[in-house]
Amino acid sequence: MSTVATKDETPVRGSTSHARELNGWWFVKLAVMAVINAGLLYAVYSSFMVRQWWILAVTVVLLVVVNWVYFSKRKVPAKYLLPGVIFLLVYQVFTMGYTAYIAFTNYGSENTVSRDQAIEQILRTGDIRVEGALDMPLKVVRDEADQLGFAVVVDGEVQVGTAEQPLEPVDGATIGEGGAPEEIPGWRVLNLAEVLEVQGEVTELRVPFSDDPADGWVRTQTGAVGFQSSPRYSYDAAADAFTDITTGTVYIPNDRGFFEAEDGTRLTPGWPVTIGFENFQRMLTDSRISSALLQAGAWTFAFAFLSVATTFFLGLFLAMTFNHPAVRGRTLIRSLLILPYAFPGFLAALVWRGMLNNPYGFINSTILGGADIPWLTEEWLARFSIIAVNLWLGFPYMFLIATGALQAVPGDVYEAAKIDGAKPFRQFRSITLPLLMISVAPLLIASFSFNFNNFNLIYFVTEGGPNIPGHPLALGETDILISVVYKVAVVAGTKQYGLAAAMSILIFVIVGLVSWLGFRQTRKLEEVL
Amino acid sequence: MRRSIMIAAAAGLTLALAACQSGGGTTDDETTDGGATGGEETSSAAATGTLTIWADELRAEPLTDVAAQFESETGVTVEIVQKNFDDIRPEFLAQAPTGEGPDIIVGAHDWTGELVTAGVVAPVDLGAKAEEFVEVAVNAFSYEGSNYGVPYGIENIALVRNDGMTDVAPTTWDEMIAAGEAAGGQYPVLLQQGDAGDAYHMYPFQTSFGAPVFATDDTGSYLPELALGGEAGTAFADWLAANGAAGTGALQTAITADIAKEAFANGESAFMVTGPWNISAFTDAGLEVSVLPIPSAGGETAAPFVGVQGFFVNATSENQLLANTFLLDYVATDEVQTALYTSGGRIPALTTASDAVAADDPIVAGFAAAGEVGVPMPTLPQMGSVWDFWGTTQADIISGDASDPAAAWQTMVENIEAAIG
Repeated sequence: MSTVATKDETPVRGSTSHARELNGWWFVKLAVMAVINAGLLYAVYSSFMVRQWWILAVTVVLLVVVNWVYFSKRKVPAKYLLPGVIFLLVYQVFTMGYTAYIAFTNYGSENTVSRDQAIEQILRTGDIRVEGALDMPLKVVRDEADQLGFAVVVDGEVQVGTAEQPLEPVDGATIGEGGAPEEIPGWRVLNLAEVLEVQGEVTELRVPFSDDPADGWVRTQTGAVGFQSSPRYSYDAAADAFTDITTGTVYIPNDRGFFEAEDGTRLTPGWPVTIGFENFQRMLTDSRISSALLQAGAWTFAFAFLSVATTFFLGLFLAMTFNHPAVRGRTLIRSLLILPYAFPGFLAALVWRGMLNNPYGFINSTILGGADIPWLTEEWLARFSIIAVNLWLGFPYMFLIATGALQAVPGDVYEAAKIDGAKPFRQFRSITLPLLMISVAPLLIASFSFNFNNFNLIYFVTEGGPNIPGHPLALGETDILISVVYKVAVVAGTKQYGLAAAMSILIFVIVGLVSWLGFRQTRKLEEVL
Repeated sequence: MRRSIMIAAAAGLTLALAACQSGGGTTDDETTDGGATGGEETSSAAATGTLTIWADELRAEPLTDVAAQFESETGVTVEIVQKNFDDIRPEFLAQAPTGEGPDIIVGAHDWTGELVTAGVVAPVDLGAKAEEFVEVAVNAFSYEGSNYGVPYGIENIALVRNDGMTDVAPTTWDEMIAAGEAAGGQYPVLLQQGDAGDAYHMYPFQTSFGAPVFATDDTGSYLPELALGGEAGTAFADWLAANGAAGTGALQTAITADIAKEAFANGESAFMVTGPWNISAFTDAGLEVSVLPIPSAGGETAAPFVGVQGFFVNATSENQLLANTFLLDYVATDEVQTALYTSGGRIPALTTASDAVAADDPIVAGFAAAGEVGVPMPTLPQMGSVWDFWGTTQADIISGDASDPAAAWQTMVENIEAAIG
């Protein structure tokens, strides 16, 4: 489409362009642009409100570019290309870039929250109730200067304090029926709605229990009950270090994103930090991972190749059969053959898993009359079953595209071949297949890439099983690379998203390389003609 | 990106509403006296805000009533989002660091270690409430000295007997097999396994050989040191093989959770090792069942894992005060815990509620009795690395894929040690 548009552009420059024609379509365009602009402006406003500066910058750029392109007289090719480019950037380039970034970090189990959150969390989890301290009825109060404080009942006496001023008794204060402070001269008791308005400040507020810091402070979780607690660590922002208040141990940030003491003890949680090529190195140097990658890699190639080959040749065979004019009811048969394609793939995979179960599955118990065939629990049979299920799922697609491509092959080529005395098989090998390949080869490459990462099929049919007894990463015989990534880095006890990202990049490189080689071959096919 | 925009949109709206609220409602003079008279009367001054809770289908329903009560008493909106139980933990771990997760989640106590070391859950001090809970329930949620959850239910597996087939109460594995065979069912006992094994259901038999998963210190807290190897572990591995495909065949990897449940409901076995969650399926099928302690296979006490279910508070939530109020003042009550028991079958964690329930239900009493010898499931984050190796190795020994049980068990111990690091 874009080429047509470019041709249009040159002669009409300066005369009537689409943007200038004030007909009905122009108003439609204006309305559409108004909606898009409204959406983008709202996104700008919202991202500003939640302080997402990157999203803000991107939406502002989008806003400018979109309006510039669609209200400019020129830029006709861009008018066609822009939506695609935007989606490419958002869904492809951004995702890949972000994955690449994660691959260089130790993002995972103990390193997921931000640094600030980690500091806050260490302080919070170390703030523990003083041994034996009782609950105190509590009210949140404000003084005349609107400073927030707590009023608590200690030994039947109302005491009030703020963050700076330790608790001290107040004369003339009364205690209500529930045992909580009721009226305190000089202080205003907040009601629930008011407390909730400042709930963040209330949960953060620490009122010193006495002049002695060793007594700890009073805090509340609910705004109605307070208790005496004391911090285990103190954080010095200037030195960026935690100190254990009782032992004096100092924890300083290390290069793994943790606060660490000299003896190596670490405070959790940590935060993600960049660790260079370590994730990539581990794939090579950690023998558990590298051997798993090699083993699963070989099977992945075999699985993807066999899946494409079996589905393509079955689809092609059926397409040629039902392309023959002598076959009756071709339309009906063709529609029936597409049925497996119409089922949701994951559902079909689950159904197959049930049918292949030994001994309770339909195939063993009913069709084979109680046979004991370990379809999914023996290494090679499980591999066979996976490819067979994928054949069932995948051949209708190949059947469809082969049918289409066959109908595009001109009949006179076959007549010429017949005159030359070519037998049917020779016709197929020398005419049908090469002509078909020109249009179908790119689809076969796409199918290979898809099956290379066909996680759903593997997970729903075998979950990667049968187990390899004693495997150091608890992998199974039918695990493909992407399910290895999932098992090793995502579902295993320790989450290692950085490693997972690095492994995904490896898979991306492999698939990219294979596709590139494939497309180069396809171009050669075209040159032959 | 879209999600952020949605959040931003919600934030924008909330801000606008908040502005209206404070603009129109700054009649503080009136509320000073009203606010001092206790929680009940403050309801007139409507508070704003939304408390988001993730719960699974068994929990979402009973929580609706207490949520409605909380809404009417505080003016806060409670949004209960129903999620698949298995999805709650990974999704919470992914969303909490961005500050966009729910305020409260329903979870199991063995998540505590992972959630705490990831820094996504806030400590909850139970205070005086702690004494009202069953002790094991409170201990279950504590990690390095702090408590992180409000417990509501306790669960453990036990031996369920089909009273129509036998009236034997076996104390050893062999007695049980003999009684099961005498009862004439297709299986002497149903113990769910599957191709990846099921170490949880197998654990009481493993402990009866004296091979707990982790070592414990004097106070009974788990230490991150594996204890499932050694002679006791080897004896257990040999026992698995002796009862697996190559031996008596009492244990089968083909028996998955669904198959076991259906077979027992059809009266194909006199015994099944399972938890309270399956009982309603059996009584619906018209079975008379009793719940017995799990028999010992290795001579020592067969101690099942005790799991405690409860609620966690998001550390990055801006509604911590609300969340704690809701959990401590509304959920930790007999009515709510009993309602949760009615829908999910788990024994309430509050002592009074639990006693009341056990008194009128022999099934509950049976599970509680079986759980008395139980051990809490470890909360150590290291536990996550154990399950896969543990289950698959047991499955391999049972199915005979691992021909040398002792060697397979030893390899498993080494692999887990390498994975823990």
